[in-house]
Amino acid sequence: MTTTAKSRPILSRGDRIEALTAAARRRILVLDGSWGVMIQRRGLSEADFRGQRFADHHMTLKGDNDLLCLTRPDIVSELHDAYFEAGADIGETNTFNATRLSQSDYGLESAVTDLNLAAATLARESADRWTAAQPDKPRFVAGAIGPLSRTLSMSSDVNDPGARQVTFDAVHDAYLEQARALHRGGVDLFLVETIFDTLNAKAAIKALLDLEDEGFEPLPIWISGTITDRSGRTLSGQTVEAFWNSVRHARPFAVGFNCALGADLMRPHVAELARIADTLVAAYPNAGLPNAFGEYDETPDETAAHLNEWASSGLVNILGGCCGTTPEHIAAIARAVEGKPPRKIPDRPKAMRLSGLEAFELA
Amino acid sequence: MIPTFVNIGERTNVTGSARFRKLISDGDYPAALKVARDQVAAGAQVIDVNMDEGLLDSVHAMTTFLNLVAAEPDIARVPIMIDSSKWEVIEAGLKCVQGKAIVNSISMKEGEAKFLEQAVKCLRYGAAVVVMAFDEQGQADTRDRKVAICERAYRLLTEQIGFPAEDIIFDPNIFAIATGIEEHDNYGVDFIEATREIKRRLPHARVSGGVSNVSFSFRGNEPVRRAMHSVFLYHAIAAGMDMGIVNAGDLPVYDEVDPVLREAVEDVILNRNQPGATERLVEIAPRYKGGKAVERVVDLKWRAGTVAERLSHALVHGITEFIEADTEEARLASARPLDVIEGPLMDGMNVVGDLFGAGKMFLPQVVKSARVMKQAVAWLLPYMEAELAGKPREMAGRVVMATVKGDVHDIGKNIVGVVLQCNNYEVIDLGVMVPADRILDEAERVKADIVGLSGLITPSLDEMVFVASEMQRRGFSVPLLIGGATTSRTHTAVKIEPAYQAGSTTYVLDASRAVGVVSGLLSPTDKCKVEAATREEYIRIREQFGRAQEAKVRTPLPAARANRFSIDWQAWRAPTPSFLGTRVFSNWDLADLTRYIDWSPFFAAWELTGRYPAILEDEVVGEAARDLFADAQKMLKRIVAERWFEARGVVGLWPANADGDDIVVWTDDTRTRERARLHTLRQQMAKGEGRGHVALADFIAPAGADYVGGFAVTAGHGEAEIAARFKADGDDYSAILSAALADRLAEAFAEALHHKVRMELWGYAQTEPFDIDAMLGEKYQGIRPAPGYPAQPDHTEKATLFELLDAEAATGIALTESFAMSPASSVSGLYFAHPDAHYFGVGKIERDQVADYAARKGWDAKTAERWLGPILNYEPGR
Repeated sequence: MTTTAKSRPILSRGDRIEALTAAARRRILVLDGSWGVMIQRRGLSEADFRGQRFADHHMTLKGDNDLLCLTRPDIVSELHDAYFEAGADIGETNTFNATRLSQSDYGLESAVTDLNLAAATLARESADRWTAAQPDKPRFVAGAIGPLSRTLSMSSDVNDPGARQVTFDAVHDAYLEQARALHRGGVDLFLVETIFDTLNAKAAIKALLDLEDEGFEPLPIWISGTITDRSGRTLSGQTVEAFWNSVRHARPFAVGFNCALGADLMRPHVAELARIADTLVAAYPNAGLPNAFGEYDETPDETAAHLNEWASSGLVNILGGCCGTTPEHIAAIARAVEGKPPRKIPDRPKAMRLSGLEAFELA
Repeated sequence: MIPTFVNIGERTNVTGSARFRKLISDGDYPAALKVARDQVAAGAQVIDVNMDEGLLDSVHAMTTFLNLVAAEPDIARVPIMIDSSKWEVIEAGLKCVQGKAIVNSISMKEGEAKFLEQAVKCLRYGAAVVVMAFDEQGQADTRDRKVAICERAYRLLTEQIGFPAEDIIFDPNIFAIATGIEEHDNYGVDFIEATREIKRRLPHARVSGGVSNVSFSFRGNEPVRRAMHSVFLYHAIAAGMDMGIVNAGDLPVYDEVDPVLREAVEDVILNRNQPGATERLVEIAPRYKGGKAVERVVDLKWRAGTVAERLSHALVHGITEFIEADTEEARLASARPLDVIEGPLMDGMNVVGDLFGAGKMFLPQVVKSARVMKQAVAWLLPYMEAELAGKPREMAGRVVMATVKGDVHDIGKNIVGVVLQCNNYEVIDLGVMVPADRILDEAERVKADIVGLSGLITPSLDEMVFVASEMQRRGFSVPLLIGGATTSRTHTAVKIEPAYQAGSTTYVLDASRAVGVVSGLLSPTDKCKVEAATREEYIRIREQFGRAQEAKVRTPLPAARANRFSIDWQAWRAPTPSFLGTRVFSNWDLADLTRYIDWSPFFAAWELTGRYPAILEDEVVGEAARDLFADAQKMLKRIVAERWFEARGVVGLWPANADGDDIVVWTDDTRTRERARLHTLRQQMAKGEGRGHVALADFIAPAGADYVGGFAVTAGHGEAEIAARFKADGDDYSAILSAALADRLAEAFAEALHHKVRMELWGYAQTEPFDIDAMLGEKYQGIRPAPGYPAQPDHTEKATLFELLDAEAATGIALTESFAMSPASSVSGLYFAHPDAHYFGVGKIERDQVADYAARKGWDAKTAERWLGPILNYEPGR
């Protein structure tokens, strides 16, 4: 990709959302892959993370990957380009930790709005360049909204099961602040991802729906939970169906799972969701499970082989990669699913569907 | 699991389960969680959590409980029904559940806008909703209104905000049947038929209801109630009812209900074989009751009257149960909400006022009426505020009142406030310990028509004089009212009234006089006459007082000392206490204290005079006394069970000897180092032959082994919070009742502790029999006089006592600048063990003793005269 001049968006956001929906009807869409491993490979120094703007910041900033949107935008743009070049339809903004609550670990609460705006702008520019070059394969930007290190359903104190480190309102407000900036920066949809506590996700959903009160045009929402072990439950204890019942009120564009598991172990949970979710189903597993050195060594072909089978079985509408995946993995996945029909959205009878940790249906 | 009828457990509902309520108010969350766990284990498919209780911080309780539930997989596996009539409690609950919950409930009671606003929030939090069949006109009672309201709500929800129809549950109101009122007879059928119609017309919506309401008139007869629930559900489920709040484990199977009972129950539920169905069920009901006495069916005949008659009945009888619905009905029938207050409500209060004036109603009943009035006004307030063109309500006058600086007692003042409010006066109550400038600033700010001051301890008298002089200085001219236990007509006439010549000052003996005094002072026609009469009366009192002053001859201090009360110390040896120093008692069992309560002063606080228990049978006040006593007993049970107050006390026992009129407290039994010195005052009035001039020091041996004791107790921790919560709910009656009971418990604590001292801690009367009446009649050995009371009128001695006891640290009781104890429900005093020790009054004292006392206390003469002001036998400065 050699385009250097900033190209004007060739489609309005309304047009893009329509194009996204239309594309999802026709084929399996591909999401980009991991950012962590790609940034790690660069071997960046503390000075890279600080840039000029934060040269005198009072805390260590190395490791705050989201900050690179402000201090090394060149690297972020390169990664977007690399994934789009590999065949990704959707790129995620580099904002997994870009909330006030997560950035407080670095003392960067005040930079949150700038960070999200910059991240969305970089992703937008890259996507628009690729769309301009390949109008028959438009690229989309998902505003990434991560899970936070603080959880609303689980105790922060072993001696007091009722204790909580953070309030719903604080979580909601942090997400609202992030979502405003992502929206203004031009994302096409929101991706609430790596949900291990559904209540945190519900605070995010409420924030996204509340945006409407501030006059923001509603955007598609993609909700991606995380099943942490083979028991098939989220870390906060919900089954797949209970999780779906808990987030369905967002009327999501897509729902699915990511992270924690490789494709082989994630499959039954994706299959369960495919059965019950009356919306698009998405999945982006890790490149297997980490080895003794904490590295993921599932090859692009291995990952693609699993996902190829999912696609053939009609389980999914969107695929991609999480931890340990690279542009090579994404390229392999894109090749594997090309021309495969997407999953058909099932029709489910209307019923009151509630949940605790388990699902409850009043038929 | 795909059930057909969903039983929603009501055991984690404070309004449905007394046990759960107690656990939550006690903060026993582990046990409360067990209730939830048992309920889920027993098969509950959804658990209803309700924390709506006047005395609970419901938001906090809901949050705490749901956060704890989240940590219990055995409970958290089922969905939660977040149940509250308060939106903020519901919202707090929604912030704690990761699952998809049911909100119970929202309605169009406050209009469409509010309804949709709350529904949108439910949508965004992700919850199903119960919608009550309630609109701006009130709760739906007939089938047609139930259906119409539900249909309107359904259209609004599904068409305007896209609420999923399958997430809507209607509660078309189950009302009590078989009440004896004909209009109620069809309520069962109305619900069942409405359910059928709602299910037919409104696709995917569900129907739920609180089943136990239907049998409300048979409270106390559980077998009949259960049969009614079973039969009702049988028909309602057949008509399409999907879920219900019901104690499922308790429900008999329809076919197993005794056929005779079932037939009778079916008649009332389906409104068949009328007239006479209710009477037949009432007649046979006692047969199924089991061992207990026959319960009277609640008499609801008065409900058949016109709305004005019902409001009047509710006011006179203090019934709050229907007041909102009746007020609402009256509002809808009136042009303006204000008309309801000025019309039927004031008419009702006038009846109360007439009955009170005629001595047919008494203070506790009037305060209860005020509670009803307050709730009615609270219901109307939003409408009056909404009525932009509306002018402020016409009040008879505005009274600013306060307990003065340094004083914490307010039961009497609160009663006066309530009584004035019932008579359409606006009362701005500034509370206790209010400094003069705050009282007067506020009076200026709100343009008060009258200022009222209250106080219970003697130093407050000076503070009142100060407030009066400040009113003079600042140019006030509004009438000043003086009241409270320590005040008197004489003091008001002699000390206060002369300080405030720019306006009038009036002493008010008790709450029942307050209205008469205030209305006279604010009447444009009578004001001058009334004020002139008072002024003249006070001049007369001052003259009498002056003459009396001159007549009172005092015995010179040396002569009085020579004629001291003498005890033969050779003939008595003080028993050695079981310990020396102090001992703290925290969390004394409130249940134990209840048996030491002296009830006569309790009735006196409500201006019901007579001795307990004879007062309960009194021809005139007996009924009022009985009702008050029943309410007090009921609240006392809750105070004990729910530990509203914390009883804390400290006892000290020290080696001591008299030194002239002082009592020296030694550091230890070697009696070599002085730990502190208690000062006492000696009588100087004329004494007959053989009768000594007494001082408390006379009760302690001047040499040899003797001891003095001291104590401070309180039952007031928690009192202010409880009273404030009742007040916030517009329930002054319960607020005053709780304060009066805290007072009684503190006195009972003093009695109980004194008993323990005599029997055990000091142990000088170990053979004393346990006899409450004898105890309350002070028929035991030894006394426990308190500083500030007649035997030692100097309040400042409390400072020494508190220091000796380290009372503030031990009990949390603090002393104000006037040496009042805070919390107000506290008692302190000294212990004297000698059999001849007795209560007495020091009476007035002369300049010689004041000078002597000042020297002993290390005071100048002016300070001594200030603290001893009420007992000076002369005019200071003269």
